[in-house]
Amino acid sequence: MTTTAEHGLAGQPGAAEQHAHPHAHDHDAGTPVVSARPKLAVWKFASCDGCQLSLLNCEDELLSIAEAVHIAYFPEATRAVVEGPYELSLVEGSITTPDDVRRIHEIRAQSGVLVTIGACATAGGIQALRNWADVDEYRSVVYAHPEYLRTLDTSTPIASHVDVDYELRGCPVDKKQLIEVLAAFLGGRKPRIPTYSVCVECKLKGNVCVPVATGRPCLGPVTQAGCGALCPSYGRGCYGCFGPQDSANTASLTKQLVELGMADDDVIRVYRTFNAGAPAFAAASDEVAERVAARSEAAAAAAARADGVVQERGPE
Amino acid sequence: MTHQLKDGGQVLNVGMLARVEGEGGMHIEIKDRQVVDVKLNIFEPPRFYEGFLRGRKYTEPPDITARICGICPVAYQSASTEAMETICGITTTPEIQLMRRLLYCGEWIESHALHIFMLHAPDFLGYESVLEMAKDHPDVVNMALRLKKAGNDLMELVGGRAIHPVNVKVGGFYRMPTVSELEALRPALEQGVEDSFAAVQLVAGFDFPEMEQDYTYVSLRHPDWYPLERGTEVVASDGVRFPVAEIPQRIEEFHVQHSHALHARFDGGTYFVGPLARYSNNFDQLSPRCQEAALKAGLGETCRNPFKSIIVRTVELAYAFEEAVRIIDQWRDGHAPSVPTAPRAGEGVGASEAPRGTIWHRYRIDADGVIQDAQIVPPTSQNQASIEADLRLAAQQWVDLDDHMLTHRCEEAIRNYDPCISCATHFLDLRVKRTTSAEQP
Ligand code: SF4
Ligand code: SF4
Repeated sequence: MTTTAEHGLAGQPGAAEQHAHPHAHDHDAGTPVVSARPKLAVWKFASCDGCQLSLLNCEDELLSIAEAVHIAYFPEATRAVVEGPYELSLVEGSITTPDDVRRIHEIRAQSGVLVTIGACATAGGIQALRNWADVDEYRSVVYAHPEYLRTLDTSTPIASHVDVDYELRGCPVDKKQLIEVLAAFLGGRKPRIPTYSVCVECKLKGNVCVPVATGRPCLGPVTQAGCGALCPSYGRGCYGCFGPQDSANTASLTKQLVELGMADDDVIRVYRTFNAGAPAFAAASDEVAERVAARSEAAAAAAARADGVVQERGPE
Repeated sequence: MTHQLKDGGQVLNVGMLARVEGEGGMHIEIKDRQVVDVKLNIFEPPRFYEGFLRGRKYTEPPDITARICGICPVAYQSASTEAMETICGITTTPEIQLMRRLLYCGEWIESHALHIFMLHAPDFLGYESVLEMAKDHPDVVNMALRLKKAGNDLMELVGGRAIHPVNVKVGGFYRMPTVSELEALRPALEQGVEDSFAAVQLVAGFDFPEMEQDYTYVSLRHPDWYPLERGTEVVASDGVRFPVAEIPQRIEEFHVQHSHALHARFDGGTYFVGPLARYSNNFDQLSPRCQEAALKAGLGETCRNPFKSIIVRTVELAYAFEEAVRIIDQWRDGHAPSVPTAPRAGEGVGASEAPRGTIWHRYRIDADGVIQDAQIVPPTSQNQASIEADLRLAAQQWVDLDDHMLTHRCEEAIRNYDPCISCATHFLDLRVKRTTSAEQP
């Protein structure tokens, strides 16, 4: 557990301390100045690049970050490749190909602390919608030669495959939270990331409650804070891009959404977006979907019975 | 690293193409000093957007399709809103259109600044990354960060967020920014105008390899201004022009074995979208100051050297800053953020000029607004054949360079396109294979 002792991120959600792998020290030859800096690697799986771009978007802090850590592997930003092991790995994207499965294990093996960034890496991303669908059908809708593709039938978060030390939510991650995670890593402490809901951020900002004031649906009550209640500040309901907060009461929210006039299909879709694969949102959408299915089964059975009556009278 | 093959040929394997978004590979085969095969392989795993959009509501594509690309989400939002508004017969107000253009200026600024300084300039100045460049050229890098930040700030104000803006919807916006909020950005934007014109001169001084191709340039065109958030028609450098609605009849997508991204043909042939195409087809629509700066930078009214795309991007960067200031100058408070919307069964197309080139979406929806069919064609996908053509030419032209140098040159030829492989597509595994006829390949 040398890593956590040295570089922090201990005791955070989604990450038992034993998850951190022991690793070799930075052997980056030559000057002690360089070798004193922990090596950072940024990896990508199925994603839009938005979360790693958040790092480049830290215009005011970028040069200080580059002084504090040795950016050893970050193909979006540099051609230079410094060999691992890496003290800190940031992983973006979800696992969608057989090769991804092999690669994430290699990355885990050469990473001290491994942090997943964004909804793709922590919940499977929007591409996890395939988990409810027939991927062969998707293939043939999009591609003329589906046989050329190498892809899995599922999109799964990184933690489904390897131990993860810390998960940062958001689609995309919030810049300030990303910097907090880097600072916590460097300071050898736990990141201060809230686990309460977007509602708290709305109250702090003095926003008027969207569903109460306008009757528009809002996932704020079940969504983890982090964006600063962005959507409600722009007059729209939260659509859940930071994923479910700890112990989200989705049952209560589903009830409210229906009361606000949302059809069951709309309720299912509202839970199935960028964090569709997060267990709380997946379960909430499945519950409604099961209700819909049960209802239509009952209706079909009733229709069949009615049909049966007719048929009984028919010619034998 | 060069490996000897059993057949006597050579394979150069340099890992992945850096400083592009997404992942891909490149394979170049050289026999008797002749380039015999070039393939750009895009391995980026498919994410099936066109599949799972079916069954979603017509109001959802702006939020969902934005997630195709973190670098140009607004391009997806604009093309999808336009397509839906066309289908449903929704007419927005001139102010909504103006605000879309302002948001798009933010994306052009952020994306172009990222590509020019952080992804592309290191090639010309001989660095692996902008971070290394910062040690020797702190002024340039500080300017770059300033420019990029101005773009992001604009996107944050108008869009609510720089990556995946939350403020865009079919029919307009959730909220309009106020004059005083916009005025707060003015100093940075005005500084951006001056900085970017200085940057045009700076990049014009780079050393450009000589290479030209007779591309078919395809871009949008608008009678009143340089194409950005929308155009009224599509124009090609060979004189062909047609309305946006006809794009699906003129552009055909097809699937090749070596790539996860679909290729495309225009009127049956290879074509080129992006800054060079936009510039060459719409030079007359640039501001006088941009035209002058471009000509002074050694560009003609058309530019056929893909390595000079960095100059064109910088001219467009200056244009986007000028446009942003112009829009803020005429903005008044009190405009409705959106118009009412209702679904209507039908099919339609929306197109816009992403920083990397024309992007178009086609949707078919039913009377309840449920999407029946979706087609999304990003610029990199359309440019794959052109990229391969450039690679073929570059590899042939510099065939006598050693493998290391040749590889670097080919990487640059790809980076000219600022390819956004995420949209289409993992590792850019670059291989050059050399054989002679004495050795059987
Ligand atoms: S979480 Fe969202 S922003 Fe981050 S990579 Fe995935 S799609 Fe992009
Ligand atoms: S309010 Fe909700 S949907 Fe909007 S940015 Fe915040 S977490 Fe994402």
